[in-house]
Amino acid sequence: MERLSYTLDAPIPAGGTKPRAIVGIVASGNLEVLLERVLAPDRCTVEIATAAHGFGEVWAAVVADFVARRGAGGLRIAINDGGARPDTVALRLAQGARLIAGDAP
Amino acid sequence: MRDWARQGAARTARIAAGAPFARGKVVAASDLAPFLEAVLRPGDRVCLEGDNQKQADVLADALAEVDPGVIHDLHMVQSGIVLPSHLDVFEKGIARRLDYSYSGPQAARIARMLYGGQIELGAVHTYLELFARYFIDLTPQVALIAAVSADRDGNLYTGPNTEDTPTVVEATSFKDGLVVAQVDRIVDRVPRVDIPGDRVHFVVEAGKPFYVEPLFTRDPGAITETQILTAMLAIKGLYAPYGIRRLNHGIGFNTAAIELLLPTYGEKLGLRGKVCTHWALNPHPTLIPAIEAGWVEQIHCFGSEVGMDDYIAARPDIYFTGADGSLRSNRAFCQTAGLYACDLFIGSTLQIDLAGHSSTVTTNRIAGFGGAPNMGSDPRGRRHPSEPWLKAGAEADPDTLAPLRRGRKLVVQIGETFGDGNVPLFVERLDALALAEKLDLPLAPVMVYGDDVTHIVTEEGIANLLLCRNADEREQAIRGVAGYTEIGRRRDAGMVTRLRERGVIRRPEDLGIDPLDADRSLLAARSIKDLALASGGLYRPPSQFRNW
Repeated sequence: MERLSYTLDAPIPAGGTKPRAIVGIVASGNLEVLLERVLAPDRCTVEIATAAHGFGEVWAAVVADFVARRGAGGLRIAINDGGARPDTVALRLAQGARLIAGDAP
Repeated sequence: MRDWARQGAARTARIAAGAPFARGKVVAASDLAPFLEAVLRPGDRVCLEGDNQKQADVLADALAEVDPGVIHDLHMVQSGIVLPSHLDVFEKGIARRLDYSYSGPQAARIARMLYGGQIELGAVHTYLELFARYFIDLTPQVALIAAVSADRDGNLYTGPNTEDTPTVVEATSFKDGLVVAQVDRIVDRVPRVDIPGDRVHFVVEAGKPFYVEPLFTRDPGAITETQILTAMLAIKGLYAPYGIRRLNHGIGFNTAAIELLLPTYGEKLGLRGKVCTHWALNPHPTLIPAIEAGWVEQIHCFGSEVGMDDYIAARPDIYFTGADGSLRSNRAFCQTAGLYACDLFIGSTLQIDLAGHSSTVTTNRIAGFGGAPNMGSDPRGRRHPSEPWLKAGAEADPDTLAPLRRGRKLVVQIGETFGDGNVPLFVERLDALALAEKLDLPLAPVMVYGDDVTHIVTEEGIANLLLCRNADEREQAIRGVAGYTEIGRRRDAGMVTRLRERGVIRRPEDLGIDPLDADRSLLAARSIKDLALASGGLYRPPSQFRNW
């Protein structure tokens, strides 16, 4: 198990007021994302526990793009990864941001 | 005085040598190995019918049992290396040289045997190319073929999987070669004559159907959200703007997703009747919902697909069928149709390099080519216009006078930026090059050449290579849709932004697509069972795809 941690300036605050949201499942090729609204609205932290080693550079890029493009300010995000592909990670993060903003099922 | 009929005499001699094993044309299955030892000669060029789907499996097993002291150094010319016995003949020293096309199911073993020098490789061909050579310089002296049934005169019924048989028999029989067919059973009268009996010299009653690979069944249950996103991009970003009516889909989950999105997402976009009406395509079960929803006018097939026979027979307005009501497929004609009469090919691959070359060869697996290289190439012999072909031609070459400008076939590679096991789709250097070096081949087995590829679709967007004006732009357009792969992360961000402004790269949001809408609820069928239900119970999935 590899643990990675990122703290970023977040230009877009998370929408809505929900305190927390969870998307995805921990399974092979998938991941679980827990989002909690506990930080200042211009900060975002992402903590990752992953079964796949050696993908730090890819995670950094996926997380940076997510925070730059989606409403992630104020969120502490914890990821349990079962070796998901980067496109799945990006999708789950976007789904999480939508869910906590409250405009999705 | 030259004897001008030596080949005919040789065939007469082969028939005479086989006659003691036969009653009329019928050879008993138990005599097959000694029969083959009698009719074959060392060094013969032999087509052992191994097609993309159907296999002359009983003849293949018998050939692998002949005495290599009697029959050796055969030159095998067949499109598919599919069964273990296809390689056993090389291991045992019965065969030495190989010219072929496709080796998907034997990809790992054929790689080992090629590296180990047990097979002398002629070339890995595209289907049409190998068929063409059957008539020029690779004409078989003996063809060992497969059919469903035969009468006592040797008239053959191939059933829905006609595939390569007419081509193989045409080349062999009319050039004085010997044709031996395995059939499930001998009947008084065949349901339809697919191969006339005077082209067939011996028939073996196998007492069981030939083996068929269910190659084109994709379980909708395994389609991912990312694949759905790529399918949405293809439909909205390519099929709609170019008006693609005539097309071919490769196998793979991305194209299966497109098929399953037509009655839902495609319908919402108002595209029914405007795209995807005429197909060169195997009977993909995943196209059933679109057919049932009235999207499709007609489909010509390379081969058939396990479980689809009853559905096809009940939809003769859609498929090509014979007097007996069942499908008539034909690989050579369908490949020609896909090459000349389709405006778009879309398929997946394992590796794409920075020039857009793609290959399914990896270090340990040599899968050969399926239909992709023919389907995925721009036919220089095409002369008829169509809207997508002219539009693509204009994008590639805006400066030439329109009546003198060639159109372009759309050749699309679609896939996720990372494949199984997080292996990147985009690479600096194709593994095919390492293979060529290792085997000392003058050509690397490239599936689709970069200069034929017009678009690359990934979850990050669409790269339109027609609009690239030099190698640098092309490279950055490819990097610009390569996602988080190393190739993608090393993009020139400024240049990618400029390419996006010019529409060379289009992101989902540029097309009004929200990646969060890429949901499995968009699939017109979410399981194999859904497909069977959509067919009104006519599609009967093979057991390995049933879980109910």
